[in-house]
Amino acid sequence: MDRIPILKLGSALLVSIQVDIHDQLARALEEDLSARIVATGARGVMIDISGLDVVDSFMGRMLDNIAAVSRLLDADTVVVGMRPAVAITLVELGLSLTGVKTALNVERGMALIGDGRYEALEDDRAAEGADDRDPG
Amino acid sequence: MIATRDETLAIRHSDDVVRVRQAVRGEAIAAGLGLVDQTKIVTAASELARNTLDYGLGGTARIETFTDAPRRGVRLTFEDHGPGIADLDQALTDGFTSGSGLGLGLSGARRLSNEFTIHSVVGEGTRVMIARWK
Repeated sequence: MDRIPILKLGSALLVSIQVDIHDQLARALEEDLSARIVATGARGVMIDISGLDVVDSFMGRMLDNIAAVSRLLDADTVVVGMRPAVAITLVELGLSLTGVKTALNVERGMALIGDGRYEALEDDRAAEGADDRDPG
Repeated sequence: MIATRDETLAIRHSDDVVRVRQAVRGEAIAAGLGLVDQTKIVTAASELARNTLDYGLGGTARIETFTDAPRRGVRLTFEDHGPGIADLDQALTDGFTSGSGLGLGLSGARRLSNEFTIHSVVGEGTRVMIARWK
């Protein structure tokens, strides 16, 4: 089965949805992301939807769910890159995604979830420990 | 009113919902709709195609472009032979769902369209027609 790749970027996980995806793939992403948050100890999740020309109520609910699950797993979620026509349509649809943080682009999103700090992930810390170098 | 293009797609799997979105996008562009109008009709189509699949147990989507001077636009008809809807007023209420969704499918699709009609007979099926024009 196809999967949407989840990339690690500092202390955050980055997902970029580049194509129109069907519902099962969206559900798989929800599960994969929660597993990766726990496995990596990520403090933030960034979902780039700049490639999506449509976000319907199903996809909107999935974004809301991901944000809620991430929060329970101690990670912030930010959705970035929403197209203007998509935002207008979502509001008219009746879905304003109040549970989801949004940012205009990846850079601003990163600032939002990382608070400007790029902490190392659990496995990175372990690697640094083994390296035993003074970071200063 | 003159139908300028006309095609019918089957809705049997969630892949078909993606195909309907893409076909509607193509027709909306062909009809000359602007980006926001395209996005609205494609989003409405996505909601209705998913309803046809999830509640109507599969069906068809008919996609037409029409010219009815001075209007040009897209008309979509979703038809299934599923269980039908007993209480249409309730089904069209924001937040009401008989399934696991948000209850925005029908009401949202109506808001996103210039024209919306629904016909449903319990035990026979449901037909929803929407149109958006410029």
